[in-house]
This record gives sequence, C-alpha cells and structure tokens, in this order.
Amino acid sequence: MELIDRRPNPHGKNTENRQRVLTRARQAIQDAVRNAAAQGRIREIGKDSAVSIPADVLHEPSFHRQITAGRRHFVLPGNREFVKGDRLRRPPGGAGEGSGEGNSASEEGGGQDSYRFVLSRDEFLDLFFDDLELPDLVKREIAATTSRATSRAGLTSDGSPSQIDLGRTMRRSMGRRIGLKRPKPAELIAIEEEIDGLEACRPLSDRQFLRLQTLREARDHLRQRLARIPWVDPVDLRFRRFTPVPKPTTQAVIFCVMDVSGSMTEKMKELGKQFFLLLHVFLEKRYEKLEIVFIRHAETAEEVDEDKFFTDTRTGGTVVSTALELMHGIQAERFPADRWNIYVAQISDGDNIASDMTRVNRLMVEQILPVVQYFAYVEVSIGGSVLRGETDLWKGYKSLADATPHLAMRRIEDRREIFPVFRELFARKAQERAGG
Amino acid sequence: MLYTGTDWTFATLRDCYGEIDRIASEELRLDTYPNRIELITSEQMLDVYTSHGMPISYPHWSAGKRFVSHENAYRKGLMGLAYEVVINSSPCISYLMEENTATMQALVIAHAAFGHNHFFKNNRLFREWTDATQILDYLEFARGYVARCEERYGVRAVERVLDAAHALQNQGVDRHTGSKRLDLRQEQERARERRAYEDEQFNDLWRTLPDEKTADLRKGEDADPSTGQGLPEENILYFLEKNAPRLANWEREIIRIVRLIAQYFYPQPQAKLMNEGCATWVHNRIMHRLHEKGLIDDAAIMETIHSTTNVITQRGFEEGGGPNFNPYALGFAMMTDIARVCTEPTEEDRLWFPGHAGNDDPIGTLHHAWSEYRDESFVQQFLSPKVIRDFRLFRIEDDLSQPFLLVDAIHDEQGYREIRRSVSASYDPGLQSEEIEIVGVDLTGDRILRLEHRTRPGQLLHPTDARLTLDHLSALWGYGVIIKEVDASTGAELGSYAKA
Repeated sequence: MELIDRRPNPHGKNTENRQRVLTRARQAIQDAVRNAAAQGRIREIGKDSAVSIPADVLHEPSFHRQITAGRRHFVLPGNREFVKGDRLRRPPGGAGEGSGEGNSASEEGGGQDSYRFVLSRDEFLDLFFDDLELPDLVKREIAATTSRATSRAGLTSDGSPSQIDLGRTMRRSMGRRIGLKRPKPAELIAIEEEIDGLEACRPLSDRQFLRLQTLREARDHLRQRLARIPWVDPVDLRFRRFTPVPKPTTQAVIFCVMDVSGSMTEKMKELGKQFFLLLHVFLEKRYEKLEIVFIRHAETAEEVDEDKFFTDTRTGGTVVSTALELMHGIQAERFPADRWNIYVAQISDGDNIASDMTRVNRLMVEQILPVVQYFAYVEVSIGGSVLRGETDLWKGYKSLADATPHLAMRRIEDRREIFPVFRELFARKAQERAGG
Repeated sequence: MLYTGTDWTFATLRDCYGEIDRIASEELRLDTYPNRIELITSEQMLDVYTSHGMPISYPHWSAGKRFVSHENAYRKGLMGLAYEVVINSSPCISYLMEENTATMQALVIAHAAFGHNHFFKNNRLFREWTDATQILDYLEFARGYVARCEERYGVRAVERVLDAAHALQNQGVDRHTGSKRLDLRQEQERARERRAYEDEQFNDLWRTLPDEKTADLRKGEDADPSTGQGLPEENILYFLEKNAPRLANWEREIIRIVRLIAQYFYPQPQAKLMNEGCATWVHNRIMHRLHEKGLIDDAAIMETIHSTTNVITQRGFEEGGGPNFNPYALGFAMMTDIARVCTEPTEEDRLWFPGHAGNDDPIGTLHHAWSEYRDESFVQQFLSPKVIRDFRLFRIEDDLSQPFLLVDAIHDEQGYREIRRSVSASYDPGLQSEEIEIVGVDLTGDRILRLEHRTRPGQLLHPTDARLTLDHLSALWGYGVIIKEVDASTGAELGSYAKA
C-alpha cells in the first residue's frame, strides 16, 4: 500500500478551466456584470460581485428522450396504505412523477436556470470596462519619472540566497568536483572499513602491516582532499539576475468639471456625481499614470479634492467661464500641453448667464480645444427639457462641436442612461480595434 | 487497540490498513488491485469531483462549469462532500478527506480500498470494458495530446472538436456488438505513429512525391464506407473518427480520446447499485470484525453504525425517495439479505432461492454475485420478498393519457415478481439509453449523413437539444446531417431534424 499526502500539492487545479468558462461566456457575463452594476450603487462596483449568468450559454447538449406520452411502470419505496387497484391523483407540478425521466434528462441538459459566478474585483472591472478607453491617447513624451519594471537578465555570481539557481549551481559544483577528482565518500568508507578489519585482527603479518600502512596513508590523503575540495564552493554559486528596465508611460490628466449651481437640482447633481464616479473607477482601473483634477463651480470655480467633490454640497449662480478659466489656468501651470494628454469631462444642466456665453466660446476655441485630446460634455436634464429645448451651453457647444470632432456632447435624463452614454463616449474606436 | 479518540496520524492509517487487510484477505477472501491511498483537502475534493474522480484530465470549459457549480453548492452548504472517492485503476487510488475522524478513515479504507477495489477487479463488466492497469497512463497521454494540439492549432479549434465530441459521447460505445477491451498502451503507440505521419505531412513543401510509407498509411486511414459497409453503426463517434471526410488527423485523434474515455466510464452506472452495496457490506463487516477483535473501541463502533445508518437510509416516496433508489440502501440490504439466505433461510427463501438458500457459504455466494452480475440481472436474480417487504415497495402504473396513477402491485404474494421485474428494468441500460444509429450515407453524392432514432410515440428526442447536438454532429461530419425518429415497432416516421 502506498500512502500519499496530497494536501501540500499546488491548489487551484481548476483555475484554468474556470478561466475558460469566463472566456466562453464572456458576452453573457459582461451583460450580467453591467446589470449588476446598474442595480447597485456605482461606488460599490465590484465589491460584492457575484453574478448569475443564464445556463444556456454553458449548455452541453446531447441526444436524449423526452417522455410525453405512453404507459410506464415505476416502483417506489415506503408504502403504508396502498393496496392493488388504488388510484392516486397525479402529484401537483405539471407532469410530476409522470415525466420523471424527462425531468432528470433535462436537468442534465439545462434544467438549471443559471450559474452563479463570484468574480474578483479586477475580473469584474475588466469585464465592466472592456473595450472602453481614453480616446486618442498619444505618447506625447515619456515622463521624466519613468517607472521601472524588473526583468530577468541572465545569471550572476552573487545575489540574495532566495534567487539562487539551484540547478546551475549544482551542475557547476558537480563539474568542478569531477574536474578536481574529488574522491567519492564511498571510497573513503571502503578504505576505513578495511583498516578497521585489519586493526581488529592481531597479530598482523608483515604483508598485512604494510597494507595497513598504505591504507592509512591513502585514508589521510583522501580525507585531506575531501576537506580541501568542498561539495559546493562559492565559485559554483549562480543566482538569477534581475535588472530594472525603464517602462515608458504616457502621462494623462483628466479634468472633472461639475456645475453645482442652484439651478442644478439634487437629483441632477446625483446623476452628475454618478457619472464622475463611474469615470473615476474606470480611470483608476485602466490607467496607472493618470492625474485627476476635480473642479466644481457655481458663480465662481474652485479646485477640490475627491471627497469634497463627491460629498460636499454648495450652491450659487452659474458662470461657466470661471470653471473653464480655472481649468485652463491649472493646465497651463501644472500640465503643459506638450507633455500631457489632456481630457475634460464637464457636467452641467446647460444653464449659463447669457452674457457669459461669448466668453465661454472664446475660451473654448482659443485656449481649451486646441490643447485637449478629448472634451466630453454631458448635460443632465430631468423633466422639462423638452419644453426648454436646447440650453444656452448646449447651443454654444453645438456650434463648436460641428467643427471639432473631439468635442463630444451627450444628454442624460435618467440613471439608466449613465452607462450607455458613458460607453458611447469612451468606446474604443472601430478602426483602432481592427488595427489591433 | 489501533487508536482511541478521533485524531489520526499516518502511523494510525498504516496500522488500520494492516488489520483491515488481514480481515479482508483472510476472512472475506477479497482479491484487490494494489492500493494507493491519498489524503486530500476539501478543495482538492472539489477538483476530484470536477474531473469525475479522474486524477488527470485535459482542460476544457465544461470542467470549469462543473467546478463552479460544485463550489457554489458546497459553499452554500447545499452539498456535503463525500468521505472518499475511489478510482477504477491499478494501483487503485482512494482519496480520503483530511477532515475525517480516525474511525471514518478506517471505515473508508475498508469501503473504498477493499470493497470497491475488489468489485472493480472482479466484476465481469469492469473486466470486459476497462483496463485498470493502463488508464492512468492513457489519461496522462490524453492530456498531453490535447495540450499539444492546443499549442499547434489554437485553443478555439480544439475546443470546437471537444465540444462536438462531448455532445455525442453517449453515442460513443458499441453497446450491441459487445465490448472490446481496449489496449490503451497500444493506443498511445498508434497516436505516436499518427503524429510522426503528421510531422511528415508538415514538410510537404519540400517533398513533392509521397514515399511508399506515407502512401500506405494514407490507405489505412481512409477506409471506404461509400459502399455502406458496416452500416448501421450505433457508435457515432467511431464512425466519424473513421469516415468523416473533412477532419484533420489530430481532430480524429481527439474524437478518439473522448470516445475511449467515455467507454471507460460506460460500465460504472450499470453496476452502481452492486458496487456500493458490495463496498458498504464489506466496510460494515470489517468494522464489526475489528470491534470483535478488540482493535477499536465502543465509541468507534458506535460512530461506524451511526455513519453507516446515515448512508443506507432509504427515504420513502413521500419524502422524495424513488423512483431512483439510494444505491447504498438497496445494495446493502440485498447483500445482507444474500448472506442471511445462505445461513438462516426461511421456507420462503428456500422456495425462491433454491440455489443458495442454506448453502452456508455467504462469502462464496457474494463473491459469485459480485463478479458475474450487473445491477439489472442482480436485481432480477437476488431481490427477495423480504427486501421488498422491508422497503415496502409498490408499483405504480403511469399512463399519461389517464388523469390518475394506478397502484398495480404491492409487496404481497402476487406483487413480488411484478415489482422485481420493474426494479430490474429500471436498471436496464438498454431501456435507459436512446437507440440512435447511422443508417446511411452517400459518399459519392450529396454526402448527407442519415441517422435513425428508433423509439416509441411519446418518447421523442428533446427538440432543442436534438438540434444543438445535430449542429455539433454536422460540424464534425462536414456536410449535412438528417436524423429521423421512427417507431421501432411499426417503422412509421415520428419526426425528423435536418442540418444542411
């Protein structure tokens, strides 16, 4: 009998198969992920991410019968009161026992409604944001503070013990031992045994005595050599070498501009915040090297931190140009256009003081649009938008958007629209996808 | 005393094994493959479930799907894990869960490493259909082959063939023409030759004339079915492997792998009742003998009785038991009953079982039953009126044209034989599986593959699944496929599906 302890064996034998399920059911899982995200709060995206996918995606078909008519016999245990000739009502639940075989067959086939998958946050977000990206991210300049990654680079003769390359070390050690004719321990043992044997029998004949002498000399010689030529010598040691390699990264900054003026109702602000949260999660997940600047404005604009941006409330009148000016100021000061990819996402209800529009237009045309890669304007309008028609800001931007394709405009009226609009704005371009 | 309390060590397991082995070979005269016992964690047990107990399996998404559903069920507490899983191989591998108590380890060693092991080695069905000494090597080969194909032809391409072959794996066995015990070692040799041939094919750019050797090989590969020889053929996978016109050699080999593994699993469900009955009876007997010999204490025997009782409980029909019986319950009851009939027969037993009633050789009689029967014939031969009474069996006639069910036999003089016949029939693989055959193909004409499902009205194929499976079949065949459903008794056509 062999008794083997398999418990320390590597775990996760089925990780690869699980991954294959994800690949196979990618579309379905993606839909499930997006549904889950739409139902939950966006801030909690990916935290408790169990999704159910319909079983038919993973259905394994086979030829099997379905029993719909005919006469069958089956035997059941546990009779207490029935005698031959009793008639029983068919158990409830449609065919019930009647199509027992059919049921079990379809259970094998696809009776189960759905599979529940627990995804890691990374897997979840990957699927959630799959095929989205920041448009036209060009490598303007490799950042001065390039990040470094380590990569394998051959071998070295010194290093930390954890990086020792045992195979090569032992190979070299063996080569050296053979080359230097290090005696084998077995030889020494054989000689020692013979000496012991001779020493045990007394008196010794001359021949034996001579033999003993030679043996003793040989033994000393062997011991000396054994001690002099070590099993593993420092010269044998080989370590895996790692070398840091500069990793080029592109720098990007995204300005989140939100109108918090009095005309924005709480609900509109909520929509706006949801949109930015989504943007935030997306950017955090996809781009390591990315600055985010939060700007909110009423009649004046200010730069705030993330927490304040998403939680603090403030109201006032509306002067959009202040926000644009501030944005442009920050950009000029901290993010020079020749070295940074610049993106802007602006959310507003479209209200602006009429006198401010010319200023907004001039700022956009002269200062902002020339330097930014992409400007996404999202207008929130809850009810009444039909009555009001196009807002001041919408009209103003519209005239610009026709000439500049990298100014994109969308409207959101309801929570449900956030994600579709978001996807439209950040969908990977078709030709890019085709090009790889 | 082998151990006290619940904790076990590897030394305990060895001691237990030694004593169990002594009882098994000296008293029960069990004849087993060499044993290999492996200790695993619950997570590893889930892996074992996923691969149907096979220690090695090729990667495929269906395994991931099984794993996820098992994992979910286990996490939610819907499913407990088995104490052990045992594999029909030589050496016979038993997986033991680390959570088991010392008593449970002893019990499952007796159950799996001796009970099941003896059954695997001696039952005719397993002897004829499977080759326990080579299966492990073959699985290793299969995994390696699939992996190499994935490297060379891409995961998608391999998956396509595997999906299709899996859909047809129930049609991958020669049920009617009888079993062919596979020589799996020869299988690997064959694959090697085939691969060498492929490698040569790969160099076609440099070699314009086929040399004699490859020409011969090619002749061997393309057996000509155009004359309709060998039809009808129930083994669809075999037919595709040999005759599908458009498959590459590696695709044929993958179909073959699926087919051979399906064949390996083929006997298992046909002897499940007996297999579990045998193993449970053996472990019960051995544990009691250990107790009688003073090797385990009273607490241990109580735990054994408790756990065995749990396993052999048959729920009544009102509690969801039946029409599929708990194989442990019915199996154990029948084995115990056979032993009883041998030693303490009643008048009734002498009437029903003149062959072995009172022969005073329970071990010999059981050995005979274990080796020569499968579930269907075993029930037909050995289900006694006493067991029918104990289980309070009754038979129901279910006529779907009637609004009610009719009780047409109960556990009385008139009913015993009726009930026994029906229970036996419920284990008949011939009645459980679909009778589907390839009946014709015109290789020189439209190349449409024609199949026939011989059945009865009201027992047609599940339509959605039939269409999907047909898609897979046609993907392998490369041309159109038609399946007709015909009434086996009248020959009338009941339905058909076609895939152009």
